[in-house]
Amino acid sequence: MTRSPIALRVWGDYACFSRPECKVERLSYDVITPSAARGILEAIYWKPQVQWIVERIHVYREPEFTNLRRNEVASKASATNAQKAMKGTLAEPLALYADEDRQQRAATILRDVEYIIEARFDLLDDRDPVAKHYNMFKRRAEKGQCFHRPYLGTREFACHFAWVEGPIPESPLTGERDLSWMLGDMAYTPLGDKQVKQADSFCSHTRRPLKVEPQFFRAIMRDGVIEVPSHLYAPAEVTP
Amino acid sequence: MIPRIDFIYLFDVKHGNPNGDPDAGNLPRVDPETGHGLVTDVCLKRKVRNYVGLVREEQPPFEIYVKEKAVLNSQHARAYEALGIPVDEKKRKSKGEKKAEEDKQLTEWMCKNFFDVRTFGAVMTTKVNCGQVRGPVQFTLASSMDPIVSQEHAVTRCAVTTEKEAEAQSGDNRTMGRKFTIPYGLYRAHGFINPHLAAKTGFGPDDLELFWKALEQMFETDRSAARGEMAPQALICFEHADALGNAPANKLFQRVTVTRNQSTEGPARSFADYDLRIDEAELPTGITISRRL
Repeated sequence: MTRSPIALRVWGDYACFSRPECKVERLSYDVITPSAARGILEAIYWKPQVQWIVERIHVYREPEFTNLRRNEVASKASATNAQKAMKGTLAEPLALYADEDRQQRAATILRDVEYIIEARFDLLDDRDPVAKHYNMFKRRAEKGQCFHRPYLGTREFACHFAWVEGPIPESPLTGERDLSWMLGDMAYTPLGDKQVKQADSFCSHTRRPLKVEPQFFRAIMRDGVIEVPSHLYAPAEVTP
Repeated sequence: MIPRIDFIYLFDVKHGNPNGDPDAGNLPRVDPETGHGLVTDVCLKRKVRNYVGLVREEQPPFEIYVKEKAVLNSQHARAYEALGIPVDEKKRKSKGEKKAEEDKQLTEWMCKNFFDVRTFGAVMTTKVNCGQVRGPVQFTLASSMDPIVSQEHAVTRCAVTTEKEAEAQSGDNRTMGRKFTIPYGLYRAHGFINPHLAAKTGFGPDDLELFWKALEQMFETDRSAARGEMAPQALICFEHADALGNAPANKLFQRVTVTRNQSTEGPARSFADYDLRIDEAELPTGITISRRL
């Protein structure tokens, strides 16, 4: 099996890749999801012309869990109140009272994780040379540079990273393990300009409406390696 | 404007509970496998917010969005009573792209007025992504240098809360309570300040200075029966000349080691029982270390 052009070792003390079905009291998947892996790559280097594709995930430690219960707030910031405050028509000072809006939530998180993410990228603009983006990513990864600090699922679990040159080290994990259905990534499908009502999000560059849908896959780990199916990444629309 | 900074923050606690675990009856948080104490990122962020709210008196552009009523004076509290946070998406008239543009303006306004929003970020109740602000300041969990030992103290109270209790005790009026402390713990937290996200939220040099001040002084304004004596012991910043960074953060963090002082024996009971070493030899180009505390 040939390795992907890009391999990045990532590790950290804790991680939480929340299962979408258990996200109130967060429960992490056993391993990093392709979408979280993509987030790490994007934290180091990303341009609108680049679409990251995670091809393989190597797992180097047996998944181990620990528990963390925290006082969290129940509400998000209210856009309506912010709008009123902005216009000066909100009677009370704008605030959210954490101690009156409490939710105690437990998180079952991973500890001591280490992965190698194998990835490639698709160029959405074929006028761009592939080598340019590849070298920019490589340079950054080698120097420890990043656009923003990458993290393992949530921001409090910041991670470290290192460029991997040459063959990918074998994992000490052996045998086949079925990790069941896992979130693969979110699919961002561009909608027509008239379909703004159905939009879940807007492209930050073209401002066009997008439909966002989660894609799941059956994760099988063989000797510590998870193959990420390519169908998770339908070709995206070329940026004009 | 703001450089990329990776920082290490050391703080300690004497006869107090730095961060109770709601899952363990408010015992100090502990990593069950190693016995090391933990303080969550949100616990530290809460103290930064409270400090800034206090010293800047809740005035824009240093208002605090996520407040604790306990830290406001009662006069305020009464005036704020009416405030609920209704999720009132239905009343918004604008749609689609116009709404997205409006959300963007709202987000900018929130960043401009609220210190905590532009420092730590916030999520607004909007469906689209622009309602989410990622702040430039990121904390990790703090963990103690050595395993901690929780002590349980039984305390008595010479009063009771209800009449019924008083009757049951036929006037004796004594109740027992429990209090947990750790005799001593030195904690280390890592943090990251990101220039690109700072530019997005408008987190400027004044904010950064205020943030450092908060780390230096926030325990002074957070005294309570539970906390004991908490104090910052060191704040070591690695500043990168390049906004993207000049060295991997893990390599920089390794330069700061905290070990037990060889001349002391027994369990650590003060910061003097530790040796803090900062290796400044052969720093990568573009990195400057400064010890602010």
